[in-house]
Amino acid sequence: MAIKERMSGNEAVAYAMKQVNPDVMPAFPITPSTELPQFVANYIANGEMDTEFIPVESEHSAMSAAIGASAAGARTMTATSSAGLALMWEVIYVAASTRVPIAMAVVNRALTGPLNINCEHSDSMGARDSGWLQIYAENNQEVYDNFLQAYRIAEHKDVMLPIMICQDGFITSHAVENIELIEDEKVKPFVGEYNPEHYLLNPNEPMAVGAYAVSNYCMEAKKAHAEAMKNAKQVILDVAKEFQEISGREYGLFEAYRLDDADYAIVAIGSACGTAKDAIDALRAQGVKAGLLKVRVFRPFPAEEMVAALKNCKAIAIMDRCESYSSQGGPLGAELMAALYRGKATAEVINIVYGLSGRDIRVEDVEQIFEDLADIAEHGTDDTYWYLGLRE
Amino acid sequence: MSSLTEIRWHGRGGQGAKTAALLLADVAFSIGKHVQGFPEYGPERMGAPITAFNRISDTQIRVHSNIYDPDYVVVVDETLLHGVDVTNGLKKEGGILINTSLSKEEIRPLLRGYEGEIYTIDAHDVCMRTLGKYFPNTPMLAAIVKVSGVMDTDVFLKEMEASLKHKFAKKPEVLEGNMKALALALEEVR
Repeated sequence: MAIKERMSGNEAVAYAMKQVNPDVMPAFPITPSTELPQFVANYIANGEMDTEFIPVESEHSAMSAAIGASAAGARTMTATSSAGLALMWEVIYVAASTRVPIAMAVVNRALTGPLNINCEHSDSMGARDSGWLQIYAENNQEVYDNFLQAYRIAEHKDVMLPIMICQDGFITSHAVENIELIEDEKVKPFVGEYNPEHYLLNPNEPMAVGAYAVSNYCMEAKKAHAEAMKNAKQVILDVAKEFQEISGREYGLFEAYRLDDADYAIVAIGSACGTAKDAIDALRAQGVKAGLLKVRVFRPFPAEEMVAALKNCKAIAIMDRCESYSSQGGPLGAELMAALYRGKATAEVINIVYGLSGRDIRVEDVEQIFEDLADIAEHGTDDTYWYLGLRE
Repeated sequence: MSSLTEIRWHGRGGQGAKTAALLLADVAFSIGKHVQGFPEYGPERMGAPITAFNRISDTQIRVHSNIYDPDYVVVVDETLLHGVDVTNGLKKEGGILINTSLSKEEIRPLLRGYEGEIYTIDAHDVCMRTLGKYFPNTPMLAAIVKVSGVMDTDVFLKEMEASLKHKFAKKPEVLEGNMKALALALEEVR
């Protein structure tokens, strides 16, 4: 029997951290992820976890310590947001290329400026080319479930990559909602112990980590990294299947909501997807064939799978909670449009930037997008990139 | 969908409107409801106007936007009536609950033409008679439970006692005052 509870997204991730009980957590607090190291420190103080907590003096140090700990052979986690992730910038690449399977809870928040603490995906989207796995969540339940699956994916021998478990800052991190927790007796055997193949503290296999690589070797290392990212797709699906056995909840690379026969589709990431589902149900009741593709896994990017899921749509709106100043749209728009082109899709596709710095998105906003899509499907459009709810 | 009740809280930073919203979510959860309790975060500081929100439903809640057309509004600090459009979008079938010592007749002209029910409670008086300190969120929580009818008030008191016992495990002396404040607020709300 699942444990019915109510908690915020941050409480949910902290609870998952407690259940997984990794060996080491170096962390430096930053809004809105501050509660994560706080809750973990409480659990440790109360004797409910025996994780080694390392209070560091910056996020750069947090990630550096995490790399050291993980390379040494310890299961390692950290948490951050926004400017904290930005300060880790140099070392997140080191983590990924060193192939250390760190799990990092990212509570998505805007990068400055103007200075703002609210939700935006610009922090983790900025790190999309760093070679980390990235999984996003619609609500507290999903971010809890994703964290429980994180190490099974990251530590898989065909993957061995660090993973970001992302949720929307404040919108889910600070909202108390119902949740179903899984009992420790089920979580522990599911997550299992970490037995690294190679690690620094193994006296029988002395090794160096992070050594200089000459040009003759670098490209091969990067190609191996890219292959590991590709491998992760199947591993994520396999882990999800096993997770379903203990939770009853189904996960894939993305969620297709009423998409099978949809004429018009929205593609989005995170909490806005719940709002979109309410809009879609209302529109379906009026006979509008609306659907949603909710991206769960952004790295690896499930390009072919998404294109196949969208193949019958007449018009698609790709939603980015992030601006990339390319004058063409956001990162999800750029990547999915490229995939649709390669997949020879014929749908009209637009890219909408929304929700920057916590700007709210309402059911009515989503309904308006579907109305626009119906019009675009019929008449086409030259305007393929705009801001939702911009004040004029 | 008809089972959904949406509540918007208006308070000032430091008065506990956010805590009250989270407590309401907690207590509604305890009787098997689907709940949401969340604040809107701005430049948080003592005394600045803040909003917090509750959705309480018999079915799963998926929407993640703020609440624009609430069934009920709670005003924790009556000075907000002069600067914040607290009745904006408020359904006239619902109502507004205000912490004030004024009468409904005196309050009505401050509500920009709102036609629905007005409920009042003097949370300061309730606090002084029970807690000896001003924590307006406690009486406001009890009052909105009664006004909105989201749960039976006896069940509410029972669940709150269990919850506060847990919350104040290290400060049991504050339990009695809080319980008295909740009970008195249920009587005093007009």
